[in-house]
This record gives sequence, C-alpha cells and structure tokens, in this order.
Amino acid sequence: MSGGRIVALGDSCISIQFAAIIDPAVNGRCIALAGSLEALRIRGIRDVVPTYNAVTVHFDPIEATGASLTARVEQLILEAAVAPVEALRTVEIPVAYGGPDLEAVAAFAGCPEDEVIRLHMEPRYRVYMLGFLPGFAYMGSVNRRIAMPRLDTPRAHVASGSVGIAGEQTGIYPCDSPGGWRVIGRTPATLFDEARAEPFLLRAGDHVTFVAV
Amino acid sequence: MFTTVQDLGRWHFQSRGVPVSGALDWYSHRVANALVGNDRSMAGLEITLMGPHLRFEQSATVAVSGAFFRLTLNDVDVEMNCAIDVEPGGILKFGERVQGARAYLAVAGGIDVPPVLGSRATHALTRMGGYHGRALKTGDVVPLASVPATARAGIRTVAGSSLSFRPVDDAAILRVIVVDETRFTQMASNRFLVSPQSDRMGYRLEGGPIQDRPQGSLISIAVPTGAIQLPPSGQPILLMNDHATTGGYAIAATVITADVPLAGQLAPGESVVFEACSMDTADAELRRMEAALGA
Repeated sequence: MSGGRIVALGDSCISIQFAAIIDPAVNGRCIALAGSLEALRIRGIRDVVPTYNAVTVHFDPIEATGASLTARVEQLILEAAVAPVEALRTVEIPVAYGGPDLEAVAAFAGCPEDEVIRLHMEPRYRVYMLGFLPGFAYMGSVNRRIAMPRLDTPRAHVASGSVGIAGEQTGIYPCDSPGGWRVIGRTPATLFDEARAEPFLLRAGDHVTFVAV
Repeated sequence: MFTTVQDLGRWHFQSRGVPVSGALDWYSHRVANALVGNDRSMAGLEITLMGPHLRFEQSATVAVSGAFFRLTLNDVDVEMNCAIDVEPGGILKFGERVQGARAYLAVAGGIDVPPVLGSRATHALTRMGGYHGRALKTGDVVPLASVPATARAGIRTVAGSSLSFRPVDDAAILRVIVVDETRFTQMASNRFLVSPQSDRMGYRLEGGPIQDRPQGSLISIAVPTGAIQLPPSGQPILLMNDHATTGGYAIAATVITADVPLAGQLAPGESVVFEACSMDTADAELRRMEAALGA
C-alpha cells in the first residue's frame, strides 16, 4: 500500500493517514493495518482505531514511544504485511421506516417517501468505522439522490434505534442521544448491549443491508 | 455536586466507539490509591467542585488527594493526602474547596460496582459503568470491597503527593505537543477562559477567536484526550476523558500526558495558556511523576 503520513497527535497517540477520501479500498487498507498492528501485541498499545482513511494508535507513553511505534508501523507498511482478512459478514438490519425526517428527505430528493425507502434499502452498505457513540456504525454510501446533509442544529433527543442519513453516510443511534442525522426509520436491533457475549453488533469492514419490516 | 466512580479508564474499545472516561486527574487518583495500598487501577470517587457527605456503613481506610477541600471525619478536621481509618458509622464531610476543581477519594479494596467492558469508569452521557452510569445522589449506597486486615501493610507514603497548584488568579500553563504549527501559532499568545459550557467531555475555551483556515470538510479521525480542536466557531475545545472517540475538527495541539491532571483541576471561570514543548520534555515530566508515585 502506498505510504501513509504518520503524525504524532500528542505524546500518547500517533495517527497514520492515507488519501483524504471516503473509499472502500483506502478504508480496507486502514482496517487491515489496524488488524496487523493489533496482532503484533506490542507492549504499551492501548487502542488501535481505524477510521475512513486513517489509523490512530493510542499508547501508554511510559511503556512505548511514538518514535518506536512509528518505526514498527513504517516496517509494516513497507512489508505490505496485512493480517488475513476475516470473511466479510453481511448483517441484515430490520427497519420500521417512517420518522421525523422522512418527509424532508423525500422533498430533498424530489420523490415520494416510498421511493426514499426503496433507495435506502437498495445498496449493500460498508461499515467504514465505529465512533461518536459505543456501537455507532458509519455506513456508506447512500444513494446521492437521498444523501441529504445533516441538520444545522442537532436535536436534543434522538431515540435509540433511530436510522438516519447524513450526506453520503447512514447510521443507527445505539442509544438515546442528541443528534443531527436525518431520521427516516427505527430498528428493533440492538447495536450495543454491554451484557451480550458479543456486545457490538457491527464492526468496521462489515456489510449491512436494511430490510423494511 | 458531581461525584462519579472513576478508575484509570475503559481502554481497548475505542475502535467500537467507546470513550475511555476515567479520572481526569489521573495523578491524584493514583496518589489516593497508593496511600491506601490499592492497585493504581482500582475504582474510587471523582469529586467535582462541591463534595458529598459520606457515611461509612463498614470500617474502611480512605485517602483524599487532588483539589484541596476542608475535610472532617465525625466533625473533626482530617488531612488530605494521608490514609485515614474510618469506623462503621463514620461520616466524612467535604467542606470548603480551597484550591483545584477535582478531588479523588480512594478506599482500600476499591469501589465495588460491576465493571463494564473491563472498567468501572462512569460515562454519564451513555450511562455506562460506575454507579448505574450516573453521578451519585443523596441516598445512594455505594458498595465497597471488603478488605482483610493484613491489607493495611500495603499502604505507602507518596513523595510529591500533590500537584503544584498555581495562585487562583493566574492562568494555568498547560504544555502541549504542537500538531499544526500554523494553527497553534494563533493560540500560543492567547489566554483562554474555561467557559461554563465545559464538562468531562471537553472544555469550551473563550478567547481568540482562532480562525481556522478554510478547507473542505475534514474526514473524522480518532482523537486523544488533551487534543485542542478548532471548530468553525473559532472557540477552541480541549477534549477531556469522556470525549467521543472520533472527531472531524482540526487539531492545533495536544496537552502532554503529564499536564492532563492540571487540566482536570481547572474549574469554569479559570484561565489557561498553552505552551509548546518537546517530546523529550513530555517524556521527562511523565517519568518524574511516575518516580514520585513509585516512592
């Protein structure tokens, strides 16, 4: 993979940044690099977080240094060492469509609400990353026609399970929260349950399809 | 009053969107634990600005470090930064706050709430961990681990047991690793006020405004505690432990690990200036603090 730019974000964090685009191949390399790094079990590493086009490594600065970790990462990139990719899962999410912003999205798209729903259900989405809230998956890409930008001012309260759109991304709120995404439906699926054996329903690299119920 | 159960944080799940949380002043948390012979990562209470009155239903050995509060046990003055034996029925009261914003109470054996994803830290926004995922209220009964009598042998004294607090009217100096020279240059000469809209997720800083140079929308990356973000409003945000794991605002600089405890001791209305420092200085400072804790 072409070299990433490695930036120290402080004394306990380095970030490896690739091309500034939202792209499945770039994202796939980030997820693979994160996996390779984790597999090395380097002393002092606390968290390895892949995002759209970057991998951030959080470490204990007493146990490791940015310089030593940068060297390990550069080596990994040079060797194009990539952990075996787990079989991609496709997770099906049931959605009861209808919600406070469905009408607005239909107006934005210039089509009936039924068509918005059909366009939202049509793609197989990629989970690019998790962030913002525990279990919140950023998924893409939404059909351009219904890719309405998020609200200017977030709502104080979005209900847990709400399915939303923010531009090219779609996501599901894993708990009650403030939020600015355009809510077009709700899922009974639980994205995060601390008591579950596998607490997180989705992880980066998964595929997701939505099914109307 | 904002008192929560905290430990050294919920690590290993940021890739799932789980914030680290944990004691904002990690140093004082560790001092208090050391003073009662606890492992550094045991859970204690983080007490913010106004302290509780606590009645102990069992005997306990406790210590309080961090912000200076007038402390009484059964209405008799007791000292900060030392181990105190409490009998069943003993009442520990936090009185007037003299300096700093957050105190840390450790109990020998630790606070015994159920861990979530390996940590007892409280993340209030998502109601995760701690005591039912929230700050303590009057009437709450907080479980303590029972500790055998022999555990008292583990109690240690701690050299350098308190942070050096500067006079209240002065700005706190927080040393940073610069991430973006151009952005930080605008900030370096400014004194910022910690606004009332500040909490464990982040401090909104007034002063400036810092004009970020125009650019396309930034793609979110995972960000660390201590990062100073520059949103379009021009008012910087200093990320603290409960911050969301990812963010799309530019980062100018990040407070060094050694100075995050000082940031944790800032109350709304207090001032801060940021000073660039080198990785070597950041490392040396941290090792100095570790040495003090190990004494």
